[in-house]
Amino acid sequence: MAEKLYIEALREGLREEMLRDENVFIIGEDVGLYGGAFGVTKGLFQEFGENRIIDTPISEAAIAGAAVGAALCGMRPVAEIMFFDFFTIAMDQLVNQGAKNRYMFGGKAKVPMVIRGPMGCGTGAAAQHSQSFPAVFAHFPGLKVVMPSTPYDVKGLIKSAIRDNNPVVFVEHKLLYWTKGEVPEGDYTVPIGKADVKRDGKDITIVAGSIMVRRALEAAQKLEEDGIDVEVVDIRSLKPLDLRTVVSSVKKTGRVLIVEDDPISYGWGAEIAAGIAGSEAFDYLDAPIKRLAGLDIPIPYNPNLEKHAVPQVPNIIEAVREVLR
Amino acid sequence: MTLSKEKKLWMYRKMHEIRNFELEVDRLFKANLIWGTCHLSVGQEASAVGAIAALDEKDMITSTHRGHGHCIAKGGKLPQMFAELLGKETGYCRGRGGSMHIADLEMGNLGANGIVAGGIPIATGAALASKLKKDGKVTLCFFGDGATSQGAFHEAVNLAAVMKLPVVYVCENNLYGMSVPFKKASAVENAADRAKAYNIPGIIVDGNDVEAVYNVVKEAVERARKGEGPSLIEAKTYRWLGHSKSDPRVYRTREEEEEWKQKCPIKRYRQQLISEGIEEEVLNKIEKEVEDEIKKALEYAQNSPEPKVEEIMEGVYA
Repeated sequence: MAEKLYIEALREGLREEMLRDENVFIIGEDVGLYGGAFGVTKGLFQEFGENRIIDTPISEAAIAGAAVGAALCGMRPVAEIMFFDFFTIAMDQLVNQGAKNRYMFGGKAKVPMVIRGPMGCGTGAAAQHSQSFPAVFAHFPGLKVVMPSTPYDVKGLIKSAIRDNNPVVFVEHKLLYWTKGEVPEGDYTVPIGKADVKRDGKDITIVAGSIMVRRALEAAQKLEEDGIDVEVVDIRSLKPLDLRTVVSSVKKTGRVLIVEDDPISYGWGAEIAAGIAGSEAFDYLDAPIKRLAGLDIPIPYNPNLEKHAVPQVPNIIEAVREVLR
Repeated sequence: MTLSKEKKLWMYRKMHEIRNFELEVDRLFKANLIWGTCHLSVGQEASAVGAIAALDEKDMITSTHRGHGHCIAKGGKLPQMFAELLGKETGYCRGRGGSMHIADLEMGNLGANGIVAGGIPIATGAALASKLKKDGKVTLCFFGDGATSQGAFHEAVNLAAVMKLPVVYVCENNLYGMSVPFKKASAVENAADRAKAYNIPGIIVDGNDVEAVYNVVKEAVERARKGEGPSLIEAKTYRWLGHSKSDPRVYRTREEEEEWKQKCPIKRYRQQLISEGIEEEVLNKIEKEVEDEIKKALEYAQNSPEPKVEEIMEGVYA
């Protein structure tokens, strides 16, 4: 199997879906000749032309709304929002229109669209270009939310998202774009709503998503040197949420740490924690459920402050030790 | 443009359907038989009917919170509409949507909208789909004067103009955005003046003259279908009733209301048709038929079952 960058795997998924289904098109800011602000759509404009790789004015509400309207008419748009923070500018079209159309219309409409963008800090872009808040979207009935952490998953999940008949919020941590992993050639999908055990272990379960899966795996490797055997569950989809995989892991290990990139208050980790506490795994817990997440602050600019705003590998190691103490 | 007698009578009938439907809904509201709120378009029938008359059957519309008239003109079925307002399982939205969310996708009605200007980007997306699929459809996008102050209006119309999308924007200017007069909400005198910013035609039309509306929309639809891009049409009209239920209408005078009632689009069209030689009996017959139709539709709705609570979760995801 070939090693590929996350960004390449994502692009490959987009390209293959566009070749497979002529109703798939990409719309967003600078996605054309420029290839997207992070280069995700690089080369696609040359291959598919301006009708299927559509550069728009700087108009997030119109991008999201045009995607909703086109999806209602049978197309399968993939809307790129340049930074995840800018999703807020497209909110009405996404949450009041796209998410609610089907239910409001009595179950008669389909809105098969993907809206994707890069989230997260670590690039010095400060507060308006760095926030992670995927859980916000999981709060809106009608939306699905996925946040793949590996090149394999990103390709498989973008395909599932494009083929899904509902609006899917597709979350890419920008530090993941240049990470590598094995990606098979050709067509395969990763199901939406299915968590994945990325590392088997018996002492503690770490539930993480997106970039935090990588950090958790790195922490697990270091902890192994001390004889601590960590299981890492990649939640992958926030909605639908695969609590079953989490619960069975916690039943096995008896200890759990949840690691998120979002500000901690009202984050998705609370949903997981409540799910564990209310499940049969509760009786298996040997220690309180622990959460590790971003601080409740806008992301600061200074690199040292920025690093301290969200969990890093040493924080995860320390938190694991705390749970095991 | 000369209209066939058949088309003229269709327009007359549709305006009547809308008027009678709305007045019946008003009555049901006052009798506390309808839940929630709703926005009636009494007095604005000509803009809905004239504009939609200019479409082909395959064409699409997006509508607004004041959308019953658009739905009826686009071939909406009165029984299903009443049923929806009564929250019944047989309603357009199985009682999940109510007045502000009626959609009839089979007839090309992509939905009313509870968000002011919410349908404008969606209409633009529908037009984008038509451009990509080359299906020859045009989307007609209704909104009120208030919507032209929303960012979504500007973003979407600009995008459509840049991409020359087959969409026609129809602003039904009924002079007030809820209570605030348009002249207080807009620095330009006419909503159509905003077209200049997008380098598209901006046309003002008497919104109470159904054939005048038809004519300007027809031209805009043809232009759109030829790939020459969108137009912005402003139909000047007036809503006779309050913004929604329980609006005391303190922001306008009874004299002003009376003045506009004198310009009733239906009465006016009746006189026009008679002067063109259409027999009064023909028009009377239509009126009678519409009355019966409304009665039957309401009966159907009233006799329809309530949605089942055990099915409350259905229809969130496809």
